[in-house]
Amino acid sequence: MSFRYLPMTEQDKRQMLDTIGIDTTEELFQDIPEKVRYKQRLKIKEPKNESELKRELKELSEQNINVKTHTSFLGAGVYDHYIPSVVDHVISRSEFYTAYTPYQPEISQGELQAIFEFQTMICELTGMEVANSSIYDGGTALAEAVNLSAGQTRRKKVVVSKAIHPESLDVIRTYAKGPGVEIVEIECKNGMTDLEQLKAELDENTAGVVVQYTNFFGQIEPLKEIQSLVDNMKKTMLIVSTNPLALGYLTPPGNFGADIVVGDTQVFGIPGQFGGPHCGFFATTKKLMRKVPGRLVGQTVDEEGRRGFVLTLQAREQHIRRDKATSNICSNQALNALGSSVAMSALGKHGLKEMAIMNMQKARYAKNQLKEAGFSITYTGPFFNEFVVECERNVSDINDKLAERGFIGGFNLERIDSRYQNQMLIAVTEVRTKEEIDQFVNELGDING
Amino acid sequence: MANQKDFPVIFELSKPGRTGYSLPDLDVPEVDLSHELEDEYIRTDEPDLPEISELQLIRHYTALSKRNYGVDSGFYPLGSCTMKYNPKINEDVSRFEGFSHAHPLQETNTVQGSLQIMYDLQTSLEEITGMNTVTLQPAAGAHGEWTGLMMIRAFHEKNDDTERTEIIVPDSAHGTNPASATVAGFKAVTVKTDENGLVDLLDLKRVVGPKTAALMLTNPNTLGLFEEHILEMAQIVHEAGGKLYYDGANLNAIMGYVRPGDMGFDVVHLNLHKTFTGPHGGGGPGSGPIGVTQELTPFLPKPVLTKDVNQYFFDYNRPDSIGRVKPYYGNFGINVRAYTYIRTMGPDGLKQVSEYAVLNANYLMRRLQEEYALPFDQHCKHEFVISGKNQKKLGVRTLDIAKRLLDYGFHPPTIYFPLNVEEALMVEPTETESKETLDEFIDVMLEIAQDAEEQPEVVQEAPHTTVISRLDETMAARKPVLRYIK
Repeated sequence: MSFRYLPMTEQDKRQMLDTIGIDTTEELFQDIPEKVRYKQRLKIKEPKNESELKRELKELSEQNINVKTHTSFLGAGVYDHYIPSVVDHVISRSEFYTAYTPYQPEISQGELQAIFEFQTMICELTGMEVANSSIYDGGTALAEAVNLSAGQTRRKKVVVSKAIHPESLDVIRTYAKGPGVEIVEIECKNGMTDLEQLKAELDENTAGVVVQYTNFFGQIEPLKEIQSLVDNMKKTMLIVSTNPLALGYLTPPGNFGADIVVGDTQVFGIPGQFGGPHCGFFATTKKLMRKVPGRLVGQTVDEEGRRGFVLTLQAREQHIRRDKATSNICSNQALNALGSSVAMSALGKHGLKEMAIMNMQKARYAKNQLKEAGFSITYTGPFFNEFVVECERNVSDINDKLAERGFIGGFNLERIDSRYQNQMLIAVTEVRTKEEIDQFVNELGDING
Repeated sequence: MANQKDFPVIFELSKPGRTGYSLPDLDVPEVDLSHELEDEYIRTDEPDLPEISELQLIRHYTALSKRNYGVDSGFYPLGSCTMKYNPKINEDVSRFEGFSHAHPLQETNTVQGSLQIMYDLQTSLEEITGMNTVTLQPAAGAHGEWTGLMMIRAFHEKNDDTERTEIIVPDSAHGTNPASATVAGFKAVTVKTDENGLVDLLDLKRVVGPKTAALMLTNPNTLGLFEEHILEMAQIVHEAGGKLYYDGANLNAIMGYVRPGDMGFDVVHLNLHKTFTGPHGGGGPGSGPIGVTQELTPFLPKPVLTKDVNQYFFDYNRPDSIGRVKPYYGNFGINVRAYTYIRTMGPDGLKQVSEYAVLNANYLMRRLQEEYALPFDQHCKHEFVISGKNQKKLGVRTLDIAKRLLDYGFHPPTIYFPLNVEEALMVEPTETESKETLDEFIDVMLEIAQDAEEQPEVVQEAPHTTVISRLDETMAARKPVLRYIK
């Protein structure tokens, strides 16, 4: 059988073997010990031709429901937003997606500049001075931030709000084991970080405080108060995980004095893709510039004085520092950072604000309609585009019924803690119409009984 | 600030009043938001994003793409990076709405298609690597390394073997290996390479001991040579109570010929964006699944994808798990691409991939040997390292050779790595390149070698044809400008 990705002909093979001075390709593998050579055929599926394979996988994909086949009110860290058509057209240009990390700047100015622009946009949104070229996702970004704070302050305790995304909290716990950082978790009170407990836990051994703005339950944490608590402890860092879309309306964490701001730009042009790849960002104060994990692009000039861009401050990174590196990260999420840059550029400063406000307006409409339909809303604090409602029955059961009626229901909070029994976290974004919201409220009321 | 001759950044195209978006209508009754929050939480300074029209945006990014170079642009023999062709069907399949628009927190009975793909991919990778269980959770190779080392750490801790604090890493290893060891809380210990380019067994015996948690190894190694003493090495490390970690960056050389699991490796990570054609994306996203032996399976990150007679589901009840290493379930979009590739190639196709990757590399190596020093004169696997030390004597450095290649439309090989070869050029042609392309590259490399003798300044001053000449990297690092300022 011949394969369309393999251009080798019998004649090529013959000529190459002659040049090498051997008779068969098998001779090139003689250094593999006879005892462990694999003599069977790999027991994986037989190949399929392009048309049949595409059909098979298309059918498989259709076994999933998704935010295009169903009207979704599910968020919890991954959101269904407007994706401008331009995004996929740009990231489909193969000069971008088939390139490696831009190690040769003379032929990689496109990528380098796109990342430089991304870094700038992240700084603008977060109110921070420095942003990296991207990092796996919001959750691992947060875990890197926790370990950075411990390394930088030479302290071993990090205080983490339990109102952050529960899966990010899980990732933090795993990452912290490496350098032996102690994670102290702060309980929630009315769906917000319990500031009394936070205050009580802060001491001279606290490297950092982690909160999410807006938090996992959709509510807006009082960053100003939190920052003033943190400020009382010299050196302790404020680490904020944030939804960058919300920053179209909310004062950015940088303005409150955050030391590290992380998050995910999935909200800008990146589809959910069953959880990845998304695009983490990592922004800091200038003081931490040389501690930032991952790649950084910097501006410089060429021999003729023309502006150009290069990977810079690489002395931080694993390929230079090896075992002295503070992070082992090698890749970034360049293609998704590009996609998000395109989406942010399309929105521009006004579109971003308009979109953020529209999320707030539609979420408030949905919340009010649910209230009128008799649902009680669990928390009363200020929120962005997500809120929690009390149901009468198990949320997964409700979601099964909703799926039959064309909806993807909200997140079943019982999945993270049994005390959240029958609570549904509902996200309403700008792409939901009034009609869809009205229908959803009706169906949810009907199923809830 | 821009000079007139500078290529504009997007912020310089901005003009107040232009828009490039089309948001849905606000079709719900508007409420007054201003009283919900204290004023200090309402943003007053708008983020300075560009205001441009859609065509301006497209022209900008199209122009940027033309200032970039990918595998589709030309030959990309970047050693250790496996810059093979990225099949277009993979891109199409990953964009099927059922895959691209499924939400990770949907109820599992509504995403059985995604779960089936993940399960089948895991099973295929288990067979290809000879490992017991694969998880798709790590986001990239380095992430997989760290995950694997955390599992090894958990294994030793479970056995109350808490003195195992060292990870042995060859001096030729990728930088991520020692960095991952440090981040996982270990100390990295170096083992030397011998005169044949392989791990020095005597030195290995010297550094191995009761403190050894694991040995990390790439095989074939970064010199492109197969560690033929692998079974003895495995024995040495295992007898000392350590584990063997396989860095799968170079798996492209051995598929269907030998499996890491059969060589004695306990943990394997794979770079799906290398061997299995997920595109590199200009630096990512990647995907770095790991496979482990049965003994290490209890320590896998949670959740673990499982199947019963009716359906696929996630098992969260994993008491010995190291925990989660990433939100959700890994870079699914990249995993779909890898799966599509494996289904396109099948068992014979994947073996041919490795056969031709190795044949191409050996052919290229023998031809380049005509003018370039070859530090290790033996058959290589999928890549090899030559040295520019002869040219250096003429005043032409390896960096100059790399820059001169740009003038001919080639991406240069990896340079100055591995660290144990002077003026190293690490070349990996991959199986998807034709003999004609290899021959063109050989002609150019030989011509550059000739120029180094006859007119070195042409090489030293290269590149001559790119959109920009050599950049001042020292200035970039000394006075960092990491964002645009008007």
